[in-house]
Amino acid sequence: MMSNTLLDIKNLRLSFFTPAGEVKALNDVSISMQEGDVLGIVGESGSGKSVTAYSIMGLTAHPGKIIGGTIDFNGHRINEMSEKQMRKIRGKEVSMIFQDPMTSLNPVYTIGNQIREVIYLHTDLDKQQAYDRSVELLNLVGINDPEKRLKQYPHELSGGMRQRVMIAIALACEPKLLIADEPTTALDVTIQAQIIELMMELKRKINMSIIMITHDLGIVASMCTNIVVMYAGKVVEAGSIDEIFYNPKHEYTKGLLRSIPNIDSPSHERLIPIEGSPVDMLNPPVGCPFAPRCDKCMKICLKRMPEYTKISDTHKSACWMLQKEELERSKGVMK
Amino acid sequence: MKQNKNLMSLQLQVSDFLPASEDEKQGVVVMRESVSFWKDGFRRLRKNKLAMVSLVVIIAIMIFAFIIPSFYPYSYEQQIRGSENLGIMEYSKEELTRIQSGEKIFPHFLGTDSLGRDLMIRIMVGSKISLLVGIVASAIILVIGSTYGAIAGYFGGKVDMMMMRTVDIIYTIPDILIIILLSVTLKFPLQKLADNIQGFAWINTVGVGLISIFIVFSLLYWVGMARIVRSQVLALKEQEYVIAAKALGASDKRIIKKHLLTNSIGTLIVTTTLQIPSSIFTESYLSFLGLGVSAPMPSLGSLASQAIGGITSYPHRLLAPAVMISLIILSFNLLGDGLRDAFDPKLKN
Amino acid sequence: MSRYIIKRVISAIITLFLVATLTFFLMYLVPGGPFLAEKAPSPQTMKALEEKYGLDQPVGVQYTNYMKRLLKGDLGTSLKMRGQEVNHIIKTRFPISAKLGLCAVILAVSVGLPIGSFAALKRGKFLDRLIMFFSTLGMAVPGFVVATVLMYFFGVKLRVLPTFGLTSPLHYILPVIALAFYPTAYISRLMRSSMLDIIGQDYMRTAKAKGVSQFKSLFKHALRNAILPVVTYLGPMLASILTGSFIVEKVFTIPGLGNQFIGSITDRDYPLIMGTTIFLAFLLITMNVLVDIAYKIIDPRIKME
Ligand SMILES: Nc1ncnc2c1ncn2[C@@H]1O[C@H](COP(=O)(O)OP(=O)(O)O)[C@@H](O)[C@H]1O
Ligand code: SF4
Ligand SMILES: [Mg+2]
Repeated sequence: MMSNTLLDIKNLRLSFFTPAGEVKALNDVSISMQEGDVLGIVGESGSGKSVTAYSIMGLTAHPGKIIGGTIDFNGHRINEMSEKQMRKIRGKEVSMIFQDPMTSLNPVYTIGNQIREVIYLHTDLDKQQAYDRSVELLNLVGINDPEKRLKQYPHELSGGMRQRVMIAIALACEPKLLIADEPTTALDVTIQAQIIELMMELKRKINMSIIMITHDLGIVASMCTNIVVMYAGKVVEAGSIDEIFYNPKHEYTKGLLRSIPNIDSPSHERLIPIEGSPVDMLNPPVGCPFAPRCDKCMKICLKRMPEYTKISDTHKSACWMLQKEELERSKGVMK
Repeated sequence: MKQNKNLMSLQLQVSDFLPASEDEKQGVVVMRESVSFWKDGFRRLRKNKLAMVSLVVIIAIMIFAFIIPSFYPYSYEQQIRGSENLGIMEYSKEELTRIQSGEKIFPHFLGTDSLGRDLMIRIMVGSKISLLVGIVASAIILVIGSTYGAIAGYFGGKVDMMMMRTVDIIYTIPDILIIILLSVTLKFPLQKLADNIQGFAWINTVGVGLISIFIVFSLLYWVGMARIVRSQVLALKEQEYVIAAKALGASDKRIIKKHLLTNSIGTLIVTTTLQIPSSIFTESYLSFLGLGVSAPMPSLGSLASQAIGGITSYPHRLLAPAVMISLIILSFNLLGDGLRDAFDPKLKN
Repeated sequence: MSRYIIKRVISAIITLFLVATLTFFLMYLVPGGPFLAEKAPSPQTMKALEEKYGLDQPVGVQYTNYMKRLLKGDLGTSLKMRGQEVNHIIKTRFPISAKLGLCAVILAVSVGLPIGSFAALKRGKFLDRLIMFFSTLGMAVPGFVVATVLMYFFGVKLRVLPTFGLTSPLHYILPVIALAFYPTAYISRLMRSSMLDIIGQDYMRTAKAKGVSQFKSLFKHALRNAILPVVTYLGPMLASILTGSFIVEKVFTIPGLGNQFIGSITDRDYPLIMGTTIFLAFLLITMNVLVDIAYKIIDPRIKME
């Protein structure tokens, strides 16, 4: 049973043209997502997770520029749309919440003002209706005493509360897709769990899909249906949750999984960084970007970028080890 | 099978699939040059065209102000009889007859003033005085401010609180008013000191006006510097603590030293550089009010303010020192901004 | 909040007290005391003065008397203006300076804010560079040069604007421009850097992610935040306009307090210098306190503390 494709990113290439040179932030990123999926994007800091998310929102900021590929979302070719067209989609069909709730709300406007803003932008509700909707939204995200909260300023709320407000803003127009860019990284562990629970609950209530960008494999295990593993601006492995967790193919993914104590009891363990330093995106290597840190690294890895190997319909990975196995198998056949 | 063909077409060899050695692996890591703070800063500074041009201009002005006057054919106080009120490149009648008789007379590039003094040399000496005022005042501010700030930050607690309260109060004193007041009143005791007590005669050489300016600056203007240095020292103490907590060994004074250098010296250089034009600005203001350096010594401010009366007939007499002041202030400001961007990005506003 | 106000007012009072004390003792340094310097007044005046101020008494007593008078709001009597009260002089002269200063503040803010924001939006582009070039230059030219050059070109050369006195609205143009010159340059630079700072803030990204247009996100979300640092400059700006007024009023022969103050310096009219200094210090310090308090009120983040 195939459901509809909600998001299809094909061979996306994006660079930042900085004074120091071209930072190739995304190299041939392809991600596809079905309606109702909860897609987890994992990868270490700087691997291009946020940049990918922003490009879905059409928010690639100067000096960044999409230099190749396509992004199709809900029937829109995002990368060819004008800013004006994009504005109608943002906040309505696709919403985003960010890492730091402490700084994501404008300090000089009340919560109510900032929720109403998005309602006015995308709906025809009048003042009273917008107010009622705001109250409803705050109730929905589990903020009690919403009438009072609406009159308050962001600094009067705790971090967890603010993230709930951000979620309320994001959900105001019942988007098809919610992108959450490390929404819990800046929060306490207990609050983290509450926010994740809230998001899953809301997903069930409103029929929406979620992209969950995170460092936390525990979160991924608890809520995602699919996973994309990024490294140095590339998708190195993608698959369903079971495929990634129980049958990881890429050496980087394996390293990630090894670095958490026990997959089956997701203690909210942060990703322990794998030894070695991240890739210099100004001078990306010709071969596999993970090579210098990879235990299994072969001579070919240093010379050539590995191609994707398709393990199943949903599972792909770009690692020479897979190609090697394939080669050995085919040689066996030839014999 | 398709995959297979692809693989074959890549023409791979079995040897390609041998494990790579550690050396080979590290070979592809393009090590980003680990440049030192200073190297990095200077590289950034050199890239800043505006700052580099300003630096060149400042050096040129320094030569103009400090070196050329020593062999210039005229002196700043020399009154040439008959050569009063000459225009740009003009000669007096007497000078013209002397030229006709074969003598070589050095031209008055900017003419002369009403007392027959060559304006060009006066501008040079004026620049020198203004620069000296700026540099000496900034040095005084640097010493007082950083000592005070370092002491407050180092001791912390009550001492710090008391010292910083004092700073807060001095900060709110309307400085220009006090400066005017001090300049008006300090002249008398200073003059007395210079005339009556041996060993203070040098006050007369430097000039009572100049001394009052320095006193005034050092009384009021160091508070900004003190605040900056204090916060740096506090941050350093924090660093020290962090280092200790990380159990890297308390003996690692080098790190502290390095942090001290990188954190504080950059800030100090930037703040001092930006203090110079501000002091020059204030001096020119005081000169306009007749409270600056005493005659016949010229500063750019006093030259400009003397020229105001005759602006309708001799506008260049105002423009020349005014352009000079603006050029000095502008280039110091731009250099200071460049230094800040290069060495102290966090100071940016 | 009320604690802050109390703290701020107390420190302002201490500052004022210090300024008054400093003024007194500095004037005491002048040979013969503040009232007898240089040209001696007539014997009658002298006697009256001696009686009034008790100049024959020890410093301590003189100081207490002086402070007592200050507390009553009596700033003393001018020497050169034949027994005119300093209070009276200030009352007649100050409104003129205040009007001029207010115009300059309005001009500086209404030009500096839009120019600075505009430069920030066009960051790195030609117009930004042009604006920054002129504002950097504007901050490097001393005020008296600006005033004189304006007077020379528009008043003397082109003869399009009056340069003397303050008798018609036209008379205001040149002095107000001269006064507003530096603050305008400063505000536009401040506004630019503040705007750039705000544009990079997370909540601007949130606004974009909501679908807010660039225009609206600038006017609604950025401007109000970006203006806050400019509010803190209001205090120093008043000081700068005040000191500028000494020069501008002299150059344009405007009978305001600034011109009077410069006159009193040239005349060595010490009581007038002293009185005016204290009055102006009081004005500046009060304004600074008000601005600081206003800032805390405008910024909702601080309200609750
Ligand atoms: N404004 C920018 N200018 C230059 N490079 C940028 C910019 N934003 C992001 N990058 C580069 O893009 C890469 C990916 O960044 P990002 O998507 O933020 O990583 P993360 O996976 O941590 O979210 C990084 O290497 C970063 O250096
Ligand atoms: S391609 Fe080679 S270097 Fe890269 S992950 Fe696979 S084995 Fe390691
Ligand atoms: Mg990120």
